[in-house]
Parts: sequence; C-alpha cells; structure tokens
Amino acid sequence: MLLTCPYCGPRDVSEFTYQGDGNRQRPAANSQDLQAWNEYVYDRQNPAGDHNEIWQHSGGCRSHIRVVRNTLSHVVSSAIPVRGDTHRRATERRKPGAKA
Amino acid sequence: MVERLSPLEPVYRPGSHGRFEDGVGVILSETRPDSIVQVAAWPGEEARAIAAIRKVTGLALPDGAGGGVVDGEKAAFGFAPGKFTVVDEAEGLAAALAKAIAPAVGTVTELSHGRTAIRIEGPEAEWVLAKFFAIDFALPAFPLGAARSTTHHDVFAQIQRTGGDRFDIYVFRSFARSFWKALGHAAEEVGYEVA
Repeated sequence: MLLTCPYCGPRDVSEFTYQGDGNRQRPAANSQDLQAWNEYVYDRQNPAGDHNEIWQHSGGCRSHIRVVRNTLSHVVSSAIPVRGDTHRRATERRKPGAKA
Repeated sequence: MVERLSPLEPVYRPGSHGRFEDGVGVILSETRPDSIVQVAAWPGEEARAIAAIRKVTGLALPDGAGGGVVDGEKAAFGFAPGKFTVVDEAEGLAAALAKAIAPAVGTVTELSHGRTAIRIEGPEAEWVLAKFFAIDFALPAFPLGAARSTTHHDVFAQIQRTGGDRFDIYVFRSFARSFWKALGHAAEEVGYEVA
C-alpha cells in the first residue's frame, strides 16, 4: 500500500505509523464526563468503507497526516497535513463535559 | 579545532573493491563537513527562516517540499515542513545561524557531531541507492539540489542530490558504520572505489 505524504509524495506504508482513529474527539483535559472519556477511549465506528485516520510519516518528514482510507479496498482518497486542522480545532474546542 | 574522529574509520578502506574489473560503478566517500545544522521554523515563519539562511550562507532555498540548493562548499535543503538542513565545510555555521534566527522565528540545532555525511557518486549511484530506498531517484523526479528524507531499515537518511550522478546522504553518526558497510555490500556488484 502506498500513502501519499503531502510533503514527501507517495511512499511505502512501512514508512508510516498509524496514530489511530481520526474521528476521536478528546474531551477537555479537566472534563469530568465519564461517558465522553469512555467514548474517546473505547468507542470506534469500525466502518466497512471510508475511514478517517491519523498517520505519521515517521520514516520520513515526521509530519502527521489526516488520511481517508477505504477499509475494504485500501484506496486512499485524501491525505492532508494535520497541522492547520489542529489550529482550527483548537479554537473550536468543546466545552468541558460536552458529549463527544 | 580538535580533530573529529570518523565513525567510519575502522572500516574505511580507500581503494577499489567488488567487481571493478569492468569499470568502477560508484565512488563512495565521507565528506566530513564541519557544520551540519538543522533549522526548524515555527508555523508561518518559514519564509523568515529561509531569508535568514540566505543572509548567512548566501544559499537561496527554493520554495516547495524537499527543495534544496548546492553551492560548492555549502548546501541547504528542506527535509520536512518548515525544517531545513544547512551544511558548510567551514566551522561556525550554527553560531551564525543562531544569531540570525530569533527564537520567535525558529530553532537552530547543531548536528555536526551527530550526523555523518556519506557521498555516493558515479554512473551506478541511482541503481545502488534504489536498492536501499523505495523512492524514485531518476533526475526528473529527484532534481539537482532536491532532498528526500526516508529510512533504510529504520536508519533515518536525508538524501540530497548534489550532482547529476552524485548524492550526499546524512545518517545518524551511531548508525553510520553499519550503513557504510551495507552500502559497500550493495555496491560490490557494480564495482566501487573508496576515495
């Protein structure tokens, strides 16, 4: 499988590290909402189809990328840098205790 | 300056090796630059870091991923978003860059003792490197001055094309000897010379 790093171009998947499900929403650090924490830690959609994922090009430029990969065909339909995204999301951080 | 010991020294054997009867395919050497420096710009400060590198070294880094420039004794290239490696045969580059790059723009890390620079040159250089790294070494895909960061069996390598058939490879000093030996084995079939 090839992943196209936004910086380095197409590279073998062995250069990348899977960093987990891209759909997770981490509750605020001081959140007391156990339900939200439980969902963040355990609940996964496990779709048969397009899946949002975070990968790191650990054997290359070391940047994190947001990948949409089809779990049935391994077709990668999008790979964009996480940086930029995180800036936007930091300002939209959900209120403490908000449900995921 | 105190003479720096090369990690390759116990296995560095100048001369011709491998199947060189039909001609030498590649020439391997260690370039031993006195300055290897990493510059990392904070997000949005890349242009100012590039300008500072230009002011200090005279090297004009091109825009774009993996772009680089070579000028005789000096070289610079991007190896990750907002991160650049700058190399100079002379000492003192890290201090000069640290003066030119304010903490608000980015960071300067002196790696001169942490990296070993290995040069592979010759008509079979692309062929030998293609056995190591799963990237395209052809000139149109990997132009002169450009650089790629990749790994060979978890050994990080930053590779810059410094000539039509010449590549400079920067590897961790602690892995340099094993990488050098592997490179020698890979070059045996084309015949190689250690300069």
